[in-house]
Amino acid sequence: MGSVYQLKRVDFIFKDEKDWKVILKNSISRPAHELINELISSELKGRGGAGFPTGLKWKLTAEENDLVKYVICNADEGEPGTFKDREILSKVPLKVLTSMAVCGHVIRSNTGYIYLRGEYFFLQKDLNKAISEFEEYCREINFDFSIRIFMGSGAYICGEETALFESMEGKRGEPRNKPPFPSSYGYMGKPTVINNVETLAHTYTIFEYGAKRFYDLGVQYSRGSKLFSVSGDTPKPGIYELELGMSLFDFVEEFGDGDTKAVQVGGASGFLVPRKRFNETTIGFQGKLTGISLPTGGSMMLFNSSRSMYNVLDNYLEFFREESCGQCTPCRVGCQQLLNGIKAVKRGDKNAQYLDKLLRLTETMQNTAKCGLGQSVANSFSAIVENFREEMIY
Amino acid sequence: MINITINGKVFQVEEGTTIFEAAKQNNILIPHFCYMENVHQIGSCRICVVEVEGGKTLMASCVTPATEGMIVHTNSERVRDVRKVIFELMLSDHPKECLSCWRNQNCELQELGNLIQLNEFRYEGAKSKDVIDSSSPSIVRDSSKCILCRRCVTVCNEIQGVGLMNPHHRGFSTFIGPSEDELLGESVCTNCGQCVLVCPVGALKEKDSTVAVWEALYDKTKTVVVQTAPAVRAALGEVFLYEPGTLVTGKMAAALHQLGFNYVFDTNFAADLTIMEEGSEFLERVKDVLTNKDKKSVLPMITSCSPGWIKFMEHRYAGQLPHLSSCKSPHMMLGALTKSYFAEKMNIDPAKLFVVSVMPCTAKKFEITRPEMFKDGLADVDAVITTRELGRMIKDAGIDFRNLPEGEFDSPLGLSTGAADIFGTTGGVMEAALRTVYELVTGRELPGGTLHIQPLAGLNRIKTASIKIGNPLPEYSFLDGVTVKVAVTSGLRGAAELLDQIKNGTSPYHFIEIMGCPGGCISGGGQPRPVNDAIRTQRMKAIYREDEGKPVRKSHENSDVMLLYRDFLGMPLGHKSHELLHTIYTSRSKN
Ligand SMILES: Cc1cc2nc3c(=O)[nH]c(=O)nc-3n(C[C@H](O)[C@H](O)[C@H](O)COP(=O)(O)O)c2cc1C
Ligand code: SF4
Repeated sequence: MGSVYQLKRVDFIFKDEKDWKVILKNSISRPAHELINELISSELKGRGGAGFPTGLKWKLTAEENDLVKYVICNADEGEPGTFKDREILSKVPLKVLTSMAVCGHVIRSNTGYIYLRGEYFFLQKDLNKAISEFEEYCREINFDFSIRIFMGSGAYICGEETALFESMEGKRGEPRNKPPFPSSYGYMGKPTVINNVETLAHTYTIFEYGAKRFYDLGVQYSRGSKLFSVSGDTPKPGIYELELGMSLFDFVEEFGDGDTKAVQVGGASGFLVPRKRFNETTIGFQGKLTGISLPTGGSMMLFNSSRSMYNVLDNYLEFFREESCGQCTPCRVGCQQLLNGIKAVKRGDKNAQYLDKLLRLTETMQNTAKCGLGQSVANSFSAIVENFREEMIY
Repeated sequence: MINITINGKVFQVEEGTTIFEAAKQNNILIPHFCYMENVHQIGSCRICVVEVEGGKTLMASCVTPATEGMIVHTNSERVRDVRKVIFELMLSDHPKECLSCWRNQNCELQELGNLIQLNEFRYEGAKSKDVIDSSSPSIVRDSSKCILCRRCVTVCNEIQGVGLMNPHHRGFSTFIGPSEDELLGESVCTNCGQCVLVCPVGALKEKDSTVAVWEALYDKTKTVVVQTAPAVRAALGEVFLYEPGTLVTGKMAAALHQLGFNYVFDTNFAADLTIMEEGSEFLERVKDVLTNKDKKSVLPMITSCSPGWIKFMEHRYAGQLPHLSSCKSPHMMLGALTKSYFAEKMNIDPAKLFVVSVMPCTAKKFEITRPEMFKDGLADVDAVITTRELGRMIKDAGIDFRNLPEGEFDSPLGLSTGAADIFGTTGGVMEAALRTVYELVTGRELPGGTLHIQPLAGLNRIKTASIKIGNPLPEYSFLDGVTVKVAVTSGLRGAAELLDQIKNGTSPYHFIEIMGCPGGCISGGGQPRPVNDAIRTQRMKAIYREDEGKPVRKSHENSDVMLLYRDFLGMPLGHKSHELLHTIYTSRSKN
């Protein structure tokens, strides 16, 4: 029963950052390809949701010939119920700044931005202080790198990397077509590395202790540790750093209230796992159930039997209907008609078979929406409708 | 070249070609909606999605570049299924009152329906918008019909540089238009109607004036006079399924008579007149600048026939207004003359005259409401209908357009020269002006023998030419050896470029022609749809054909215009001209 990997707490991310100067100095004295190889062999994958291999991302951007390139830290953290990036930026900001600068060294960029979620304005002061201290040291060691904070506009979609660029360029925050990808055409049309706050914190760990220490954690395809924001029906909500690869069963054993009927992994755009699947589900990038387009992966929400899954779904759809950027048809109209649809079924205006038509609609959204937001609505919708069908109807 | 496999066949296409273009080049049609060739590729409607082997999701073919070895399916079960769903979603937020919609049978959504063939509506539900903004004299926005393709956004921002039409709000409440509490009629909208021209559905349309025209036609106490702009005859035929570029001048005149207009005049007459006035104004300005520094004349002088452009300038470049020619646009001149010269001649009470202009333009609907366009409480022009509206009236009246005999314009405001014809296309006003100005100054025809100035023709954004004056007539000796530099642009993006030069004091030009719509009046906001560069070129050729077929091709040789000066106006820029044919401009700048 369960996986062989037991739930294991880890303490890397919030471990003190006092050695940041040493790590910065050592790292930037190493050649770019060595740092890239270090990241590649650590098998670190992006913690912002899409799970793209970080080493490869830096490598692709480093290979671009442009004289102007950018390093951007994605601190938009818009997923309801997540606040891990906020914790990192308030507790160990210098780790993030250091990693950004090392990235600048690797890809040959001297400009970094932190795209900070609008609601986190209170972090700005301390963060700016850290940046001053950091930049001063850079000057001391003759390393040319500056970092600026860009305050976000409050829209969830602006966390999507290309919408984030648009927003920074003063335009309406809407996803672009991909390709081209940020590594060749990012902010201001220049090659850009954009990484989640937590991803950058992990690269610091890797530069501090070497790839192996990181790689030794986790399982195949899902190396290292990850921060989880645990919420919902749990006696111990909060932020936990856990080794990847644990089974959901073990997770619920640890955090559940004894009555957990489902867990939402990865927030509204993530996946809902019903109790009968806890055993076969592991948390990491390999399993089908996580890692695939989970914006700011890390939200773990537990539901016990008192919860109406209809209400849960209704809330999600309400959220998407509001937060869709409104650009493409499947997402803009689809979210609304899904919401209408489940309400009609609940009222009895439509019969239960209508749910199957709605499932067809989510399939279309998954296949044709322009960005991860519209594509991921199907994730929780199908899981809830398929596993809690009675709750949808009665 | 790269290889791409589409529906089992291998094709070679240029690198950088999108999947959509690659398919099209090889006669494979992919249903699409928001796409507009060379102009608008945002991939927002998602109708054109295709399956690319190895891809997790489907791809919007209009924005995805073909790559070497790509294997594409445009008709797989998966593709056809989702296409139907997306189309159903579009329709679920659309009123579907097609039979009472002015775009019925000329609607791209209906065309798409013809391709996609739905047999059910599975996803009925909420409607997102219901605002109808009819505050503008030119354009009506009916948001309930909008399907958010954003073509108007691209045109208003990227082509016209006005930046008024934009998406607002998020999610299902997203709407396209000016911002929430801004009305079109009170905005910086230039009324150019380029957005109307590209709207695939009935969300943006011209303000209808046909009702007022029908009423006037039925009113037995009114003498109803109609005039038609040069570009109308080169496009009206398309409403009746003629090939683009078919001239229907004669049938159009016949149809207007059949509709019951008492007099059918030609705006072209006033175009010739404009050349006389504007050409004289230009020479006067040049003389002032070269010989008399005390006068406040400025150069370059800019043409003033295009009311969309005028309003743009009044908002954006109010400081440069003295550069605008003071000439009214041709149809306003003709209106003013109808209610004075013609009324006098025919002994008709001007108050009983109703003047209708058929224009390729939506901005002219606004222009006739300007206070300067009234004299003693009477409007110079009472109603403007677009080419499209005329088409609707002809159909509504049951006139068999294609089988009409050729008709003619009426005297005394119906005769025109080839120079007037080319007013309908970008570069035409400048060429017409130079035909006359050059000859006035030198006593000789424009060099070259064709009367054309080739560099000023065509669809390039900014076109320039220089003409050296040698051996002028004695009264123009101040021009001896001067090289006159001219520039022509169409579309407001180009206008802004030329105006910025003037603002910075770096403009090298003496004379500039600006038309508000890309390509000029032939693709004005009131013309039949669709418009693309191929159709623009066809219409342009038709206009030049009309010019070249005329026995007289220079405005100053229009005998009826000469009669008008002799009997009524006196001389160009004379007292009467100033009263009837010239106007003033107002700053609309907020700062
Ligand atoms: C709708 C949507 C919202 C997103 N929001 C965030 C966010 O708030 N923070 C974040 O780091 N990534 C977010 N992402 C993912 C980013 O697009 C991008 O993949 C990520 O910043 C890359 O960094 P990483 O490789 O370090 O994960 C979002 C993606 C989507 C589709
Ligand atoms: S999927 Fe939704 S959020 Fe993404 S581009 Fe389309 S409308 Fe915008």
